[in-house]
Amino acid sequence: MSDISNLYSKKVMDHFQHPQNMGKIKNPSGSGRVGNPVCGDLMELQIKIEKKKGKEVITDAKFQTFGCGAAIATSSIMTELIIGKTLGEAQKITNKAVIEALDGLPPVKRHCSVLAEEALQKAIKSYQENKKM
Amino acid sequence: MRVYLDYAATSPIKPEIRKVIEPYLTADFGNPSSIHSWGRKARAAVDEARNQIAKFLNADANEIIFTSGGTEADNLAIRGVVIAFKGATHKPHLITSQIEHHAVIKTCEHLEKNGLAEVTYLKPNREGIIGISQVKKAIKSNTLLISIMYVNNEIGTVQPIREIGKLIEKENRTRKQRIYFHTDAVQAAEYQNMNVDFLHVDLLTISGHKIGAPKGIGALYIRKNTPMKEIIFGGEQEMNLRAGTENVVGIVALGKAVSLIKINNKTIKLRDYFIEKVLKEIPEVELNGSKENRSPNNANFYFKYIEGESILLNLDLVGIAASSGSACTSQSLQPSHVLMSCFDHPERAHGSIRFTLGEITTKEEIEYVIKNLKVIVNKLREMSPLYKGKK
Repeated sequence: MSDISNLYSKKVMDHFQHPQNMGKIKNPSGSGRVGNPVCGDLMELQIKIEKKKGKEVITDAKFQTFGCGAAIATSSIMTELIIGKTLGEAQKITNKAVIEALDGLPPVKRHCSVLAEEALQKAIKSYQENKKM
Repeated sequence: MRVYLDYAATSPIKPEIRKVIEPYLTADFGNPSSIHSWGRKARAAVDEARNQIAKFLNADANEIIFTSGGTEADNLAIRGVVIAFKGATHKPHLITSQIEHHAVIKTCEHLEKNGLAEVTYLKPNREGIIGISQVKKAIKSNTLLISIMYVNNEIGTVQPIREIGKLIEKENRTRKQRIYFHTDAVQAAEYQNMNVDFLHVDLLTISGHKIGAPKGIGALYIRKNTPMKEIIFGGEQEMNLRAGTENVVGIVALGKAVSLIKINNKTIKLRDYFIEKVLKEIPEVELNGSKENRSPNNANFYFKYIEGESILLNLDLVGIAASSGSACTSQSLQPSHVLMSCFDHPERAHGSIRFTLGEITTKEEIEYVIKNLKVIVNKLREMSPLYKGKK
């Protein structure tokens, strides 16, 4: 088997081959859909938020993604990064953290990590709007 | 199992070719321009290869110019004719298509940008075919050159080159400004009629590495009396049309490669089996390109709801090589200009995969690809927010 690591890191390929938390949450607290199939990437991230010791904690996260290897891997790792985090902690997660957690992304694929960050922000925002209602 | 279905990208060097080039990599290393025996031996080899190619194209040996590949041959065909154009009082007009290889499109765009030519880019129909009437309508009094590819490298569509050639010939009978006709036949050599008189073409491009020769060699057929100027300057090689010491190894290989070509119908049968089975056994798949006017080695599918690069990566993980029209596999992040021109549908360009067979492809390999393709498409659709299929 040829070496695919000159394209993507081992971590990216791990998440691409075995995506974590793929699917949908039954009654999500918030969800964010970003990207556009016209551009070749569409990411949907759903989060479940529960109060624990007075804090809002992300207890579950799931994704569905249409896109390249990097888009799938960034979605997958994002769910891992946020599960168990408080809302405040999750809000601080940037695309750079996503890239680092994947041991890097090729420069042309960095926009996928931005997409993952945007999906998270949008999901949190939708949770906060749902709360107000 | 490892299955290579990317022959339109490049092909392995054929054992027979490897054998004939071996001496030119070692003992017979001479420069064809040298007067001594080393040089004369190399010159004889170049001459023989030129004859082989001339015979293959039904041309004269002095109508064949060796180049560094298909791209350079396309550049020479177009730039060479435009630069040689003596009309001076007006800009020459070129006609080409939106689905040409970039070697043609970018050359035309460059001429346009520098004010050396005006260009009409014909839009194909959904099957990727350029109509004769479209060509006829686009012809103007200052039309100098028409360049339409023989077989499209992505969707495999075979253009009506002979019919276009005959149309141009007819037009030329009553025109002041003669129109020259070029075809990029890089993807056609192994499967189509390559007789330049049958095709009624003035210029024709071929490339070595698509037909079992090494990379870095191609040739341009230039019909006698076609105005032509060099685009690379230096020595007097190739009848003053292509400076630089001849790529003897490549030239010998290209000569052998065309002499080995035999039309077989094994590939087309296997291809038809592949297309039929994929369309039947995988839901929501469509064939890109024409069903009838199609290169015998090409199958190009649109898999709805999923993206090409992730399909290619999964195929690669099980040892299968193919290629995609998706933007995500290109550095420019632009989806295939060919699929975009045929369908105006970015999702289709992103979700399309090209498989190209070679003469050594087996039915067993095709079965292996179909089996894996089913699993991969299913897996990626489960992951896709666009897929609302059975859950």
